[in-house]
Amino acid sequence: MPRSSRRGTRRGSPWTGLGTVVAKETADHLSSARMIILEALVFLTALAAAYEAIRSIRQTIGESPFLFLRLLTLEQRPLPSFIGLLGFLIPLVAIALAFDAVNGEFNRRTMSRVLAQPIYRDALLLGKFLSGLLALGIGLVSLWLLVIGLGLLLLGVPPSTEETVRMLGFLVATLAYGGVWLALALLFSVIFRAPATAALAALGVWLVFSLFWSVIGPLVATLIAGPPQGLFGPRLAYLNTEQIIDRLSPNTLYAETALALLHPATRALGPVLISQLEGALLGAPLPAAQSFVLIWPQFTGLIASTIVIFAIAYIAFQRQEIRA
Amino acid sequence: MAGTADEIVIRAEGLTKRYGDVLAVDHVDLEVEAGEIVGILGPNGSGKTTTILMLLGLTEPTSGHAEVSGFDPLRDPLEVKRRVGYLPDQIGFYDGLSARDNLAYTARLAGLGRDEIDARFESALARVGLGDVGRARVSTFSHGMRQRLGLAEILMKRPSVAVLDEPTTALDPHSTEEFLAMIRSLKNDGTAVLLSSHHLDQVQSVCDRVALFHRGRVALSGTVTQLAGEVLGGGHVIDVEARGTGVGELLGGTPGVVRVQALGPDRYRVHCQSDLRAELARRVAAAAELTGISFAAPSLNEVYNRFFAEVRNAAE
Repeated sequence: MPRSSRRGTRRGSPWTGLGTVVAKETADHLSSARMIILEALVFLTALAAAYEAIRSIRQTIGESPFLFLRLLTLEQRPLPSFIGLLGFLIPLVAIALAFDAVNGEFNRRTMSRVLAQPIYRDALLLGKFLSGLLALGIGLVSLWLLVIGLGLLLLGVPPSTEETVRMLGFLVATLAYGGVWLALALLFSVIFRAPATAALAALGVWLVFSLFWSVIGPLVATLIAGPPQGLFGPRLAYLNTEQIIDRLSPNTLYAETALALLHPATRALGPVLISQLEGALLGAPLPAAQSFVLIWPQFTGLIASTIVIFAIAYIAFQRQEIRA
Repeated sequence: MAGTADEIVIRAEGLTKRYGDVLAVDHVDLEVEAGEIVGILGPNGSGKTTTILMLLGLTEPTSGHAEVSGFDPLRDPLEVKRRVGYLPDQIGFYDGLSARDNLAYTARLAGLGRDEIDARFESALARVGLGDVGRARVSTFSHGMRQRLGLAEILMKRPSVAVLDEPTTALDPHSTEEFLAMIRSLKNDGTAVLLSSHHLDQVQSVCDRVALFHRGRVALSGTVTQLAGEVLGGGHVIDVEARGTGVGELLGGTPGVVRVQALGPDRYRVHCQSDLRAELARRVAAAAELTGISFAAPSLNEVYNRFFAEVRNAAE
């Protein structure tokens, strides 16, 4: 029988056993010491940031119609803002959740036992990804509720519908951002047999994007598009190039999403020409729907990168030999 | 087709696996009937585990065809894996979970419901002698206990075929005996067993048939007696004990005797082409004092060593 005709005809659903894998992996995540330590770190720092923000807002109450949004974005030195902290720490949590997902099964020698059960590899890999996303989601939602509760108690006003919608959007965007890092850590856990190598590789990428990207971006942009300053001020070609390079980083996409959603006055994410501002009411907030339109490319970009990275991990995993 | 007697549960035809330039498995043909224990033997790297993985659909064959319980592992891996219990050569569990949680996870993946898992768990664990440690974490388990837990997993699944890859490696002699008894009890349940091992005496004591792997091929297959016939020349081996001089020459001169081996003072092993016990007894009794004569069961060890010695000689 020719090989090609037998391929692609496998029978049975690739999702068989997916629910079981998700349930088991999620239970593992939620009870693991690693997860508890990281969540404690995120909760404590994020709550401290939010609390500091609330203290400062209470002194200047009434200045802004969006108290709850300011609570998330206000930066009180030396503490960064709530969103700044999340942008920094979420990748760390996501990497910790997935860096030993696949290679750990090989090292524990459980892989062949699990795959000898009637499931496809698809279910195992997707189950591991979804359980990581679920664990991350559970942590994020509880943190989100805690911060809102804290705001309710200390500010004494409920968030408006507009604010709630924006904060929900922000929650979903944070999850999508976590998904990118989760998929990346999962990919490294497939590629590298040693969990320590996978963790280091993922942390390396995280460091590049969170610390060095803002240095690399202008350098590369200068190489491609020429100097930043022309005869008549900043050059548009340079600015656009720099922005494209900047947006290759999921951190930039996430920061822009958070900015547009939580600062309703944000009207554009990039260079704006004076001519484009004619007739605009500067500083006036956009309706929530318009802010969502503004960040839609960023948001889909985050989800698309998650899918692409997961697909690469999937292909690499399918090609792996079970005995190793 | 499942369930009838004399039915073939594993059939491999021309199964081949190539890793780059290396031919790991080279046109292997293999058949296992329902309720039969078949041993696959061979040195490390002779293609035993690769063959097993191809039968389970865990590795794609380069060419050839396999059928397990009437399903093609390449097209219907889920159906195959539903019917096959597999004990890998290096077995691992989730150390942080209890024995019960470990088995419950794979049982749920195998499609068992909560009630079935509860019902089967205790009896499976009792059968492998782990009845009292079901709630303990697997991290506290010894190697032998993990091996038994792996067998309990198969018992819970109630498969029609059990594939055991070197299950007794690194077990102490007592545990090995117990483990072999458990393998025999699988046969009593009507489960066909494919057992890979290089402990030849163990294979001989539990297997109905054996297949000898050499460099990715099945070099020999059949019952131990058949193999002995093929490799050792005569299928009948008779041990003779007699006091006297010239017994060895006397035995060697008997028509039908292939070879005589001295096992010790006054003990001889005679390889014959047929059952010559009566003839040998008559001849020896006439010249010396015969104290014992009996069939020596052909030893798989001997077959194995002779076969690979011949292979080495042929290569030189």
